[in-house]
Amino acid sequence: MGSRRQGNPYVPHTERDLRAMMEVLGIKDPMELFSDVPREFIIEDDLEFEGPLTELEVVELLDEMGRKNLCASDVQINLGQGIYPRYVPAVVSEIISRSEFFTSYTPYQPELSQGVLWALFEYQSLIAELVDLDVVTASLYDWSTAVGEAGRLLIRYTGRHKILVGDYVFSERVGTLINYIEPVGGKVEVVSYDDEGNLDLDDLNSKLDDDVAGIYFESPNGLGFLTMNVEEVVEAVHRRGGLVAMGFEPTSLGVLEPPGALGVDVAVAEGQSLGLSMSFGGPCLGILACRHEQRLVRSLPGRLIGMGEDLEGNRAFTMVLQTREQHIRREKATSNICTNQTLMAIGAAVYLSLLGRSGLRSLAEYLFALTEMAIERFSEVPRVEVPFGHLSHYQEFTYRVAGKDLREVLRHLLKRGIVGGCDSSRVSSALRDHIVTCFTEVHGVRGVDRYVRALGEL
Amino acid sequence: MMRESSFRQARWDEPLIFEMPDERPAERLTHRMDDWMRAYLERALRKLGRLPRSRLAIPDLSELTVLRHFTRLSQMNFSVSTGIYPLGSCTMKYNPLVNEVVSRNPRFTGLHPLQDSETVQGALEVLYRLERLLCKVTGMDRFTFATSAGAHAEFAACLIMRRYFSVRGDRRSTILIPDSAHGTNPASATMAGFKVEVIESDKEGCVDLRRLREAVNEDVAGMMMTNPNTLGIFERNIKEIVKTVHDSGGLLYYDGANLNAIMGLVRPGDMGFDIVHLNLHKTFSTPHGGGGPGAGPLGVKLFLEDYLPIPVVSHSPERGYYFEEPRESIGHVRSFHGNFLVCVKAYAYLLRLGWRGLREAAMTSVLASNYLLSRVTKLPGVTLPHDPSKPRKHEFVVSLLRLMREHGISAREFAKALIDYGVHPPTIYFPQTVDEAVMIEPTETEPKRELDRYVESMGDAIERVKLSKETLNELPRYSSVRRINEPMANHPKHIRLSWRASKGGRIDESRSLDKHS
Repeated sequence: MGSRRQGNPYVPHTERDLRAMMEVLGIKDPMELFSDVPREFIIEDDLEFEGPLTELEVVELLDEMGRKNLCASDVQINLGQGIYPRYVPAVVSEIISRSEFFTSYTPYQPELSQGVLWALFEYQSLIAELVDLDVVTASLYDWSTAVGEAGRLLIRYTGRHKILVGDYVFSERVGTLINYIEPVGGKVEVVSYDDEGNLDLDDLNSKLDDDVAGIYFESPNGLGFLTMNVEEVVEAVHRRGGLVAMGFEPTSLGVLEPPGALGVDVAVAEGQSLGLSMSFGGPCLGILACRHEQRLVRSLPGRLIGMGEDLEGNRAFTMVLQTREQHIRREKATSNICTNQTLMAIGAAVYLSLLGRSGLRSLAEYLFALTEMAIERFSEVPRVEVPFGHLSHYQEFTYRVAGKDLREVLRHLLKRGIVGGCDSSRVSSALRDHIVTCFTEVHGVRGVDRYVRALGEL
Repeated sequence: MMRESSFRQARWDEPLIFEMPDERPAERLTHRMDDWMRAYLERALRKLGRLPRSRLAIPDLSELTVLRHFTRLSQMNFSVSTGIYPLGSCTMKYNPLVNEVVSRNPRFTGLHPLQDSETVQGALEVLYRLERLLCKVTGMDRFTFATSAGAHAEFAACLIMRRYFSVRGDRRSTILIPDSAHGTNPASATMAGFKVEVIESDKEGCVDLRRLREAVNEDVAGMMMTNPNTLGIFERNIKEIVKTVHDSGGLLYYDGANLNAIMGLVRPGDMGFDIVHLNLHKTFSTPHGGGGPGAGPLGVKLFLEDYLPIPVVSHSPERGYYFEEPRESIGHVRSFHGNFLVCVKAYAYLLRLGWRGLREAAMTSVLASNYLLSRVTKLPGVTLPHDPSKPRKHEFVVSLLRLMREHGISAREFAKALIDYGVHPPTIYFPQTVDEAVMIEPTETEPKRELDRYVESMGDAIERVKLSKETLNELPRYSSVRRINEPMANHPKHIRLSWRASKGGRIDESRSLDKHS
């Protein structure tokens, strides 16, 4: 390669190494190994490109780009829809920064990869306790794709095609669901809420027919209020042979009855809440859990880790039921997923272990109280209306300022250093000119004060 | 002479966290619950109208216990940081740590995906500039980062093909896939509603042109393939393949899993591919995270850009950088904009390398792979299927069929024996077109000393299993655990998918959520 040394900082070979390797192959130039590539496709020239930069220059350049952003340390960010500003405990950062974890591959040789497998089994087990369902997959990309996969699961299990969707689900999640189920003949139909936070049973019953595979709804939903009549919905859907899939917010289950206890068959969520940074929306953690029923489990998408033994009877972990997966079943696989979000799942396991049941209860209680307080304080601001304020909320809620365009409100708040929330039309096309806002432990009471003060100036 | 191995993987006598006794947990991690806040909680619970859950069987542990537990688990995990990991088709190259450093910047991690574009210009600029570079590397015109991994991109690409044809009133229902393709290809095509037709390889391991010509017709929406293919062989008939599929109106999809062999030298776009996905976690050095997260940006030629999933990044002098929804977009395939932090890492990698650094990576990975191949085929019982005179690219596939026939040693036994030498075994039993397949991809970042040691370890492992009086399934000996009983772990009676399931659903009454406990 001689004169062709091209400055890749990560290639370790000396000229001598290269010559030695070429000698063994009887070649004088590595390009001889490309002799079977049609010449016309080989690019001889250097194309216009960025780099090469020194490591220091890379750090400086990306630092400079970072400074062009307004991040959570510059402004108060009151946005949610699955991604929440959250405190990331130091222990979580440390563990997911361990390169023994993050530079390993999917554990195809389990004897060498017990660390990842064990941590994933604990992740599955912790989420199983949280949601009160026995089976949890080792992660999907994010909440939306988890909803999409859940939709396919319902269709596969029942052999039916219609998925009912509770109202007020973030539009990107519904969009993803439609893309995932439409190729298998799936259709979506929306079920509305009544004024008391119940999914409207009349509406539901009118849409429940023999082609309904099941329902997907959220609690809290995209407007932040809880679905109050989950058990009734479960009963109605089960009676017609459908399954129930529910979206939830993981931290809320420190207080709320878990989906499994309410009779839900499949639970899905975004796991970013469990100690992961917002990261501009990725990487996320798609959580999917279900009842321990063989037919349902055999239909699950993606990896599952099982606890077993080695030949000496030591406890050992390994990937199980791989015959569902693409690398074995190919076109008959339950899903195409291969690369998933393992490292994020490990982070979530650390977070849940660190908080423990007491910490989770305390966090959920705090957030219920904070949301309640924020709704009250918002309602006291002149011209501010909180239309669903009488309902039970968690972390997010919706408001409007009478006579003000929402863009005007958000612009004003930004001037006060607050990214105030998102346009309600992203959650419901019928609900315009409202802002969905969000409060978590990183905002606290001071964050509510600051927001309310800024609103008062409008 | 066979060496004894001094490798011993860490093995901690560690319980599951569920088996640990309760400790006093970390207090005041994030908040203080003052008395007046308690009043709001009471109100919130009254609104809720039901009691809080009473049971949550998650242990309370101290911070040190948690740190120690997961640190110990990490020590029981083999990784690129600990040793050579030449899994074929996975491109386990060094994951430069500077990539991690820049991606952990709070000015990237502390951004919410729904912020207005004016407040995230730096993040958008990273994506925009990365897109320009990826277009250069692939010869494509437009990318989206919304696709989270290779398989996710394949699925989105199949939806694009469907949309492309349906807009033309052309109903096509078949996708062609070579028999050596990754399992995700047929799985993705089926998931998007296509029928899959498998094209058998010829005896040289390449797409059989005659079979392809027979298979192509007006029902074929496209073909998904890698080049170099899964055997590490460059598809010599690529021009004819592309022409054959294009002539019938079909589209060509490039699975970027094997791009490491040719980046900076050959571009999928120039070969005639219409849609491409890249695995940032393979070719562009971002870590695999024990299975993820990765990122699978999806690129297309200009005539398909309107179909890309939401969003794409655009720029204008007035607006700066902003997200946009392509006109005929297939819509959302996930929330938000993809695995952004992974994109930051890949961008840092490209900046470090420059164009020539990319080319050097490709050339060196191919040189290292052929060097290793020439030494591996000299080992007893190892044969090279398909035209042995042809150079391989970044990876190669050998067969242990002879070892199996003569000594009863399968690829699996060989891999388990190799573990005891402190190296990660290659990919085995893939592609399925080769019996007792062993697929090795050394990458450009493994020093020659490691390559040499790997061949020696392979030789030693083969000797050891041949000579050993041990029954085969006693290997490995020196990993954290011994051979795992896979049939039992999968048996319906014994399968344990979570701690609670393993206890037969028995409720752990000791973990009550009574606040006074």
